[in-house]
Amino acid sequence: MRWRYLKEGLFFGLVRLSAFVITAALGGLLFYIFFNGLGAISWDFLTLAPTDSMTKGGIMPAILGTVYLTLGAILMALPLGIMSAIYLTEYAKQGPLVRVIRIGVNCLAGVPSIVFGLFGLGLFVVFLQFGSCILSGALTLGILILPTIIGASEEALKGVPQTFREASLALGVSKWQTIYRIVLPSALPGILTGSILGIGRAAGETAPIMFTAAAFFTAKLPSSIFDEVMALPFHIYVLATAGTHIEATRPIQFGTVLVLVGLVLVVDLVAIIIRSTIRKRKRW
Amino acid sequence: MVTVEDNHVIKTRDVNFYYGKFRALTDISMDFEKNRVTALIGPSGCGKSTLLRLLNRMNDLIDGTRVEGDVLFEGKNIYDPEVDPVEIRRRIGMVFQKPNPFPKSIFNNITYGPRLAGLSDRVDLEALAEQSLKQAVLWDEVKDILGQSAMMLSGGQQQRLCIARALAMKPDVLLMDEPTSALDPVSTAKIEELIQDLKRQYTIIIVTHNMQQAARISDRTGFFYIGKLIEYSTTEKIFTRPDIKQTEDYITGRFG
Repeated sequence: MRWRYLKEGLFFGLVRLSAFVITAALGGLLFYIFFNGLGAISWDFLTLAPTDSMTKGGIMPAILGTVYLTLGAILMALPLGIMSAIYLTEYAKQGPLVRVIRIGVNCLAGVPSIVFGLFGLGLFVVFLQFGSCILSGALTLGILILPTIIGASEEALKGVPQTFREASLALGVSKWQTIYRIVLPSALPGILTGSILGIGRAAGETAPIMFTAAAFFTAKLPSSIFDEVMALPFHIYVLATAGTHIEATRPIQFGTVLVLVGLVLVVDLVAIIIRSTIRKRKRW
Repeated sequence: MVTVEDNHVIKTRDVNFYYGKFRALTDISMDFEKNRVTALIGPSGCGKSTLLRLLNRMNDLIDGTRVEGDVLFEGKNIYDPEVDPVEIRRRIGMVFQKPNPFPKSIFNNITYGPRLAGLSDRVDLEALAEQSLKQAVLWDEVKDILGQSAMMLSGGQQQRLCIARALAMKPDVLLMDEPTSALDPVSTAKIEELIQDLKRQYTIIIVTHNMQQAARISDRTGFFYIGKLIEYSTTEKIFTRPDIKQTEDYITGRFG
């Protein structure tokens, strides 16, 4: 009897501890970044280009580059991902083929990001001769977040009640119009929420853009999608490993990390807000 | 003078229906009379809903189903390869067991189908909405809140909205799959009354679990058991002096 209580208490303590450890790790990480990075943040830091071999000045080109790359990745991956998900959930006969496609998508999600980088280098930069530029980087990042978007879209589409589809089809509305007018609008909030979380990942990835888009240093802002850009994650990597003044630029490194984390947090926050407002509105 | 034969808007001929290898309907040959209410009754799983959904090809949506035999709508087999199911469903409307309005405004629920069928004039759409809602005896309750979400209506109102939505397509036939099973008695009575009005203009085929309901509202009744049409006759005959023992047992509540 006592032993059972003891076991119960032990187990409860263990799971509670796990939850605390995870929260503490996240909290500690964020605190560390804020503590070290906050000092570097200033208006100039956010709006100027790096100067003096990247030991002074700001990180504006990198912020802009990351925004461009992420936007490009979304523009490419969102339509493609949503359309794939529509095919998988609405059109394809559930069978071996669909199962193979699903396994493929899941495998894609597990591929290390450096592999995407090399793939992007091979396909976009070299074979298609785009060179190292925004387009190549955005396409590579797009492929990287495609599984996330397909997964989120599939879940959201499956969440639309079958009765909506039946009601529409029974009115003599075609399947495509039913999907376009009823199913997609109902699923869109879920699709966007899931996709935004993927976008956060795209903004933070270094390896896929290393060979496909990111410049070591360029003070010039990009004028077309065929220009190389600086990007926040790669800038951090460069400052922390390849510069001549690694120690001296520590504050800038932390400042850049803080900006990147801040960007990702803002994006995630938007996702959370969208989700909670939709949950309140949605009643079926 | 029209002949009795011409008065049958839908006829099924030796229809068999399969879910995969399972045969859900066996040799159904049944004529549905114009401007009449035909009730399909029988215990759960007897195939009555399957038959109903077969009449406007809603079963097409389920993977792995197969139809044998002919379903003739105005003399033409709706399962012919060149027949467009979308066209069939415009002429043969359907109301479901659970009210299923779209998460749109009341007005947009009604005009959704007609708009996608090509009607775009605002005045026409408004007239159509009013007419359909009046037919479904919902107009007086919603005429001032047409812009509000259909989701805020009561269950009974939602179901009448779904009927109005089906009527807005100006179908010839209205299929109803247990339309009152999710509703309270007052709403049920309203819808039964409505069905009586509607049969002047439409042919109505209704699946119901409620035998009193079948007796109250239908002109003809078909009794189904394990995928077979056991007996099909006037409602009066089915409920007072059925020919077949199984029908009588079911009507009198000895099984089912």
